[in-house]
Amino acid sequence: MIQVKNLTKHFGPKAAVQDVSFEVKRGEVLGFLGPNGAGKSTTMRMITGYIPPTSGEVWVAGLDMLEKPIEAKRRIGYLPENAPLYSDLTVESFLSFIAEMRGLRGADGKKAVNHAVDTCFLGTVRQQSVDTLSKGFRHRTCLAQAILHDPEILIMDEPTDGLDPNQKHEVRGLIKRMGEEKAIIFSTHILEEVEAACTRAIIISNGSIVANGTPEELKAKADGAGAVRFSLEGVAAAQLREEIGKLAAVRSVQVLSQNAQGLRGLALPYPGRGAELGNELFRYAVERKAVVREISPQEGRLDEVFRKITTSDTP
Amino acid sequence: MSAFSNIVTILKKELRSYFNSPLAYVLIVIFLLAAQGFAFLFGGVFERQEASLTESFFFWHPWLFMVLAPALGMRLWSEEQRLGTMELLLTMPVAPWHAIVGKFLAASVIIFLALALTFPIWMTISYLGKPDHGVIFAGYCASFLLGTSFLAVTSAVSAFTRSQVVAFVIAVAVCLLLILAGFPPVVQFLNEFRFGEMVAAFGVLTHFNELAKGILVLRDVFFFLSVTGFCLYFTAVVLKSKRA
Repeated sequence: MIQVKNLTKHFGPKAAVQDVSFEVKRGEVLGFLGPNGAGKSTTMRMITGYIPPTSGEVWVAGLDMLEKPIEAKRRIGYLPENAPLYSDLTVESFLSFIAEMRGLRGADGKKAVNHAVDTCFLGTVRQQSVDTLSKGFRHRTCLAQAILHDPEILIMDEPTDGLDPNQKHEVRGLIKRMGEEKAIIFSTHILEEVEAACTRAIIISNGSIVANGTPEELKAKADGAGAVRFSLEGVAAAQLREEIGKLAAVRSVQVLSQNAQGLRGLALPYPGRGAELGNELFRYAVERKAVVREISPQEGRLDEVFRKITTSDTP
Repeated sequence: MSAFSNIVTILKKELRSYFNSPLAYVLIVIFLLAAQGFAFLFGGVFERQEASLTESFFFWHPWLFMVLAPALGMRLWSEEQRLGTMELLLTMPVAPWHAIVGKFLAASVIIFLALALTFPIWMTISYLGKPDHGVIFAGYCASFLLGTSFLAVTSAVSAFTRSQVVAFVIAVAVCLLLILAGFPPVVQFLNEFRFGEMVAAFGVLTHFNELAKGILVLRDVFFFLSVTGFCLYFTAVVLKSKRA
């Protein structure tokens, strides 16, 4: 549905986005991650046709954004950063205006506005002027604007920014539901959001894509990925530590806590041998007749990956 | 979706914005007070003893519109940029020129309303004497053309900046230049250097006065329409270069 090819944007001599290529299919929710100023918003602005790229192509539902901008824009719903709204209109008249701009007039327009108001829980503020709304309502009004014409493609720049935890949860659910039949791109700083709503994530840093994969694949890149946390008792801590350290798959052992009964620690595997490690540990415990309190493989943490990827490659 | 319905949609929304805020009312009332006040106090509608509005009433319009058109138009594009709504507007399935024309027309409607509401002075003059209604109608047309070309100037200026105040001040300055270019004392002064007439050709007063006298010359109408057209086109150029 969305194809981005070698997209590059220069602002003066500075490259904001450099040679970015990716694809999003129907049914995919793509999370766009990256530190501030990494080029997330610029990329989204180019995909939605707001700013022209310096070079590269954007294809939306098979339409070239540069050649047929009006046709292409019709397929997209866009929530810009900071949820801008016309301040001197009411929620209702703002949404009616957007409906008309989207070519939904009369009964169709009313239906679309009603549906968007219901979906985004705006019923209570419908007749209220936009500049008297709280931040959460402003955000949801802008979200309503983006989904009003039931677009095939949704692009959202920080859709949960400024919402309270309940609203965040609600919006994530909404994104996930809509993602089943649309192609969605959204940017965020909140990593748990990626795990909660995305089928795939891209990490962008200094204008280039530095990682692209499912949240699971990304997590596997963390240093801690594949480590096994264990807690064994009935054998002296020092002995446990030494012997576990000698197991074939174990690169090193971190001690979390120890006492007279035993040891709680983290066994880090050699790369790619995480799967063996659990088995080895278990066999060792049986052999030593140690009491097993815990043997649990650890998933990598996304924030660790994020930090590792976005800080290590800065020159 | 035709260009026409897009423009109408934007025009309607802009009008709603204007009338949801006090701006439109305030400006219309100020225009009415000033236009009629100047005519009666300084223009000498009665003292002239003639059934005409050209010298007493329309005479002041360039100076009034010099301030009021920028006040009306300063928000056109600077507000869009300040609020960030330009990003919404220009990612809708419409061409940028639909938005530019729609917004310009909405502000023009307000100038039209303001002028239309000065009808009591026309009634007064008709009651007191036998004016040439054709000339008065021409005066209104001239005034409308002048006001809207000042609006177009303001539209172009407001595309440059996020600040309404800056847009206002610069637009007033540009309008003042356009007036002074045809202002008799300035023209006389410049004539000493032999290019007074050349500069006057670009002055709005030259063309406005001809039209307001009831001399409907195509050249003068064309002047205002081309200033308007050029400024709206220039608005598009500025907005495009801002996004590039």
